[in-house]
Amino acid sequence: MTVTELLSYEAALASYDPVMGLEVHVELGTKTKMFCGCSTELGAEPNAQTCPTCLGLPGALPVVNEIGVESAIKIGLALHCEIAEWCRFARKNYFYPDMPKNFQTSQYDEPIAFNGYLDVQLEDGEVFRVEIERAHMEEDTGKSTHIGGATGRIHGASHSLLDYNRAGIPLIEIVTKPIEGAGERAPEVAKAYVAELRELIRALGVSEARMDKGQMRCDVNLSLRPNGTTTFGTRSETKNVNSLRSVERAARFEIQRHAAVLESGGTIIQETRHFHEDDGSTTSGRIKDNAEDYRYFPEPDLVPVAPARAWVEELRAGLPELPRVRRNRLREEWGVSEQEMQSILNAGAVDAIVATVEAGADAASARKWWMGELARNANEKGVSLEELPITPADVARVSALVAGGDLNDKLARQVIEGVLAGEGAPDEVVEKRGLKVVSDDGALGTAVDEAIAGNAAIADKIRGGKVAAVGALVGAVMKATRGQADAAKVKDLILEKLGVSEG
Amino acid sequence: MTDIIKLTAAEIAARIASGDLTAVEVTEAHLARIDAVDEKVHAFLHVDREGALAQARAVDEKRARGEKLGPLAGVPLALKDIFTTRGVPTTVGSKMLEGWIPPYDATLVKRLKAADVVILGKTNMDEFAMGSSTENSAYGPTGNPWDLTRIPGGSGGGSSAALAAYQAPLAIGTDTGGSIRQPAAVTGTVGVKPTYGAVSRYGMVAFSSSLDQGGPCARTVLDAALLHEAIAGHDPLDSTSIDLPVPPVVEAARNGSVAGMRVGVVKQFRGEGYQAGVMQRFDESVELLKELGAEIVELDCPTFDLALSAYYLIAPSECSSNLARFDGLRYGLRAGDDGTRSAEDVTALTREAGFGPEVKRRIILGTYALSSGYYDAWFGSAQKVRTLITREFENAFEQVDVIVSPTTPTTAFPIGERADDPMAMYLADLCTIPTNLAGNAAMSLPCGLAPEDGLPVGLQIIAPAMQDDRLYKVGAAVEAAFVEKWGHPLIEEAPSL
Repeated sequence: MTVTELLSYEAALASYDPVMGLEVHVELGTKTKMFCGCSTELGAEPNAQTCPTCLGLPGALPVVNEIGVESAIKIGLALHCEIAEWCRFARKNYFYPDMPKNFQTSQYDEPIAFNGYLDVQLEDGEVFRVEIERAHMEEDTGKSTHIGGATGRIHGASHSLLDYNRAGIPLIEIVTKPIEGAGERAPEVAKAYVAELRELIRALGVSEARMDKGQMRCDVNLSLRPNGTTTFGTRSETKNVNSLRSVERAARFEIQRHAAVLESGGTIIQETRHFHEDDGSTTSGRIKDNAEDYRYFPEPDLVPVAPARAWVEELRAGLPELPRVRRNRLREEWGVSEQEMQSILNAGAVDAIVATVEAGADAASARKWWMGELARNANEKGVSLEELPITPADVARVSALVAGGDLNDKLARQVIEGVLAGEGAPDEVVEKRGLKVVSDDGALGTAVDEAIAGNAAIADKIRGGKVAAVGALVGAVMKATRGQADAAKVKDLILEKLGVSEG
Repeated sequence: MTDIIKLTAAEIAARIASGDLTAVEVTEAHLARIDAVDEKVHAFLHVDREGALAQARAVDEKRARGEKLGPLAGVPLALKDIFTTRGVPTTVGSKMLEGWIPPYDATLVKRLKAADVVILGKTNMDEFAMGSSTENSAYGPTGNPWDLTRIPGGSGGGSSAALAAYQAPLAIGTDTGGSIRQPAAVTGTVGVKPTYGAVSRYGMVAFSSSLDQGGPCARTVLDAALLHEAIAGHDPLDSTSIDLPVPPVVEAARNGSVAGMRVGVVKQFRGEGYQAGVMQRFDESVELLKELGAEIVELDCPTFDLALSAYYLIAPSECSSNLARFDGLRYGLRAGDDGTRSAEDVTALTREAGFGPEVKRRIILGTYALSSGYYDAWFGSAQKVRTLITREFENAFEQVDVIVSPTTPTTAFPIGERADDPMAMYLADLCTIPTNLAGNAAMSLPCGLAPEDGLPVGLQIIAPAMQDDRLYKVGAAVEAAFVEKWGHPLIEEAPSL
């Protein structure tokens, strides 16, 4: 790989103003493909989920998936777009082996949704409005695996394997208007936009939008212009950036690369770029000099889509609370700061906490468990919180046991550990492991007496007014009870026996 | 045997239903006729002897079990090789699909099978339905049974020739710019292009999606109506299929009449390029309509003069995209794949080897017409003309019930005469193209022989969309009057081969 000269980020921003355009493809979670009845289930044998239509066999015809249209409208409405009263599909013509018809059924100048916006919140709480140009429906291509080439690309490969299971899966492409005025925060805005969009798509229930599974993919278009000017510079198009972090890194890298080229008197080539996860760099792809001609024309095999206004209004009325609104509501309900809320969000813990609160826990303890013990555990295993073998109801039960004085913090952690280890529900773990706070005053009294007797010097210090030394005696009692005592209660008992009162 | 092949579809169905004939006898008679004459005519690309006999046996067994038979049960049919047939080769007249065995039946084929129609085989056609003479078939031309040195029309020349040569009483064609009607006209048979969307296109290999329409071909108006009824109707697999009841075509064909009807004659469908004998028979037909009680209304439709130009932008544009899938990767021909070439090169070589000159010409034309910078001037303007033509038809049908014209400006021309002159070839569809652009229904039926060459002349009847029954009502009346005048159906004047 050639080493790309970069300008420092600060130096780049000192001279240039970045303008971005983000194109996000979302695979819809419909049961069947966009234009035929084939399953969209992931993980099937290659080419097992195909039919004459999605294989483009001679004579086969497409039929529009109604749920696909409904999902597109929902996305459009959630993005505050206008919904077309009448629109058509169009054919985008180009040859590529993973596209069975050698044209992609897409939309061109008549998208289903247009002119919207999405407000995104940056980590410090600042809200940035991203204008939406359009959202349109199209179909995914098949998947090529190129064998024998050095780069895994078709160039230089000895042969290619084609899997058309993905061909025809519904996609919604969401295109922003040029994002201007973000300045040095442009990469952050890009990341926050994609994150917000992902939340929104999930909240709508139209896709899981898993970037790691390719269900959501982002192209980052970026150009620079000298500060104080208004004309857009030449853009580069970094394709298929597939994580939130990568979106931010790709934007940052391109700002630095463009600045270096411009600073040295060079010109930016309009081209696609490949993003490299390993070092966060981009490298040159295809030249896009506007000579590429897709010869779009209205798809004659499909009739126009004309969603009835009443249907659109029905869908609008049924939209769920949008993620940013919901987050702000929860933040207030939970009484946490913007920063804390952001880390909850980053940890993917919002839904788990909500469910735990719904199962009866108070917000503070729900948050404590999911953001502490459980987040650590998930992190170690490299899984998401939802994938942990513990339910919000389990966590709520543990909280209730703590609140009722049946468990202390340390024991509660052991119960959680037991649940995660598959030992059963919290009560079963308590039972099996014998994890109960020793609250029997008699047993505890004996342990306290023993601790006082065995640490006479410390007991004297306490009697003498050095109340802080009580910690050592509490520790001795806890050790003797193997941690199963309520530390606060132990402390009270010791002080009582020594005839000392706190403060 | 001779008797059986000369029967109409309606007669065959009635005699099978009554037990007078078996479906196997009927099928064997037609297979024998194919064996006897197809070497000369070359109507068929593939004869499915076993499949046809198996279907015929099934009909006979069904009857033996006392089950109710459909109106065309056991009637043999010649299928244009543009419809996919599961397990039976489908070439679309192209080297590109030589040897391809489709894994699925077209909706139309399913309906024919469900109606117990016996499919004899697949008929010859211009490659991908592009042509007016069947000379563009990659598998050699078809002869016109009236004169084997002449063309049988196109693109469905195999189907029209099979009817005129008594190889089948029924056939299926497809009509993008006249490919059912023009072959019917030049072979003295009947062909109907139903309203766009009336017959499913699912499994019909696409040439120009917004114009293509499958339809019935027969030797009589009633037979065409029976076949029309069997294949028409809504298909959820074809988004452009019309979800309305099929017009009562059979009833109309049994009750032919033009009394009190207003019949339009379009000024633009005559003049330079129209053969004198064709116009003579057409004018006589108009006189006949008057005698039968119709009122003749002269119509001026100036945008029809633009139809041919608009058609030769729209159809190639759509074809350039429809035919992109033939890349040698998944099915059909693959050329030049010697292990050293890239997929792109193999695709280019395959398309070079697999497509004939007319197909290439149209792909290039269409690619150009859709190119950025040219789209508005070519494809865009053509769409506007299409809208104007549609409106002109709508206006016309406010004044008249049907429109009549010659189907084609000339009778069958000699094989080879226009092969090197695409413009001359395109003119064969001058009268049929406006209907495709507007999506209306139209029929061609025989109206006599041109005095100068003794070859059949076709009369075209055009009806508004979804009023297909009017074609049959008028067609049946005209047919009956001509048969009475001539003393026999025109087809009986064809040479016996």
